[in-house]
Amino acid sequence: MTKITYIEFDGTEHPVEVRNGLTVMEGAIKNNVPGIDADCGGACACATCHVYVDEAWREKTGTASAMEESMLDFAQNVQPNSRLSCQIKVTDALNGLIVRMPEEQH
Amino acid sequence: MRHYGHEGPITLVGAEPLLPYQRPPLSKAWLKGEADEDELQLRPPSFYAENDIHVRLGVRATRIDREARTVALSDGEVLRYDALIIATGARARRLGLPGAHMARTLELRTVADAEMLKASIAPGKRLAIVGGGYVGLEVAASARALGAEATVIEREPRILARVAGPLLSDFFTGYHHKHGVRFELDAAVEALEGADGEVAAVRLEGGREIPCDLVLIGVGALPNQELAQEAGLECDNGIVVDEQARTSDPAIFAVGDVTRRPLPLYGRSFRLESVPNALEQAKQAAAAITGHKPPPHEVPWFWSDQYDLKLQIAGLPFDVDDLIVRGDPSSARFAVFHMKGDAIQAVEAINSPAEFMGGKLLIGAQRPVSREKLADPSISMKEVAT
Repeated sequence: MTKITYIEFDGTEHPVEVRNGLTVMEGAIKNNVPGIDADCGGACACATCHVYVDEAWREKTGTASAMEESMLDFAQNVQPNSRLSCQIKVTDALNGLIVRMPEEQH
Repeated sequence: MRHYGHEGPITLVGAEPLLPYQRPPLSKAWLKGEADEDELQLRPPSFYAENDIHVRLGVRATRIDREARTVALSDGEVLRYDALIIATGARARRLGLPGAHMARTLELRTVADAEMLKASIAPGKRLAIVGGGYVGLEVAASARALGAEATVIEREPRILARVAGPLLSDFFTGYHHKHGVRFELDAAVEALEGADGEVAAVRLEGGREIPCDLVLIGVGALPNQELAQEAGLECDNGIVVDEQARTSDPAIFAVGDVTRRPLPLYGRSFRLESVPNALEQAKQAAAAITGHKPPPHEVPWFWSDQYDLKLQIAGLPFDVDDLIVRGDPSSARFAVFHMKGDAIQAVEAINSPAEFMGGKLLIGAQRPVSREKLADPSISMKEVAT
């Protein structure tokens, strides 16, 4: 299990344990963390699982694929640390990861 | 409802014995064994307890009494309601073909259907698919990935005839062909043939037979609207709802595949079969019931995964004058824009997420675009959209 802290737009923190192999998006859904819609269920088709990766974790979470990059290009309130959480796989290396959610996913 | 602050009791009644789950992966990742049942669940079991949602599974709603505001269930219980939401979805359309009762004649709507299909698909097995729509094509792609043979039988001269333009149909036919899928187009099915109660062939009009080990029928869906119809709610190929997902009874709402809903962007009503549509209407209904302002209109959209192709569609091709193709179809990376003058009505994007996202944005804004820029892939979608 890997510890991930999801922080809602209003500052509410959700520290949870996520099984390795799931995505950061699935970790939120499985733990009832609000703020990630994931309308398409993880198919990288909708850009409603947008998160901001904490600066300290940007390198470990890797870079967005061209597909993900193009989706993000048109998401709301995109920042350099924006990612689609359905595209980040949870591994031991992400133990302690912090992600923040935008105000809205639509 | 909970998100909008509703504090009263909520009861969720479902005919299937399972907690709500995602249907789209049933023909794709789940069928190929890339996702397990746990990953299909829409929400974990703890979600319902944490949100104080009373779940009644394996029970059917049998009758609505609008005057008494009650719903009778198949186990004899009667539930009282202040607001009722009908989300009964759609069922696979059946053709009433002679022989359709035989074993290994399948359809695909539920996990139970998908389990039978998964158990029957194996290397070397011959799968006949009646219907060249998304379900049929996604299953064909998954079957090929699993080493089975697949023949798609379509009544129309082209696949995806009901849901996509001819360019896309041609592209998908070619791509599936390259992956070993066979097609019988313009082919009407007359009967299923077999022996000892097991299907062995699909007989086409004219008498030709396509031998097979199993048959999947994927010829569209019908709304499960009987409950509403019997209660006297207005139905017209779907329960008729307004922009707040309200039916002709102000205390009853309906969401998802079962509804015929207004499409403000297109000035008409339509029955949409998609996850985003169900989610949008769920928000409309929850906002209306809890007295919140309606959520903003969304552009209808759809997606499909086949092989290494990601198809994303935004909008609906109503009132289209002509098409603009961006990119090269032979490269498996292109987008088809359905235009009404200078406005985009719909976009079909293959492995082109920027075209999909940019197109969706422009459709929603109903903003005219430069046709020259749109047709030129060297100009970014970002620039086209601003």
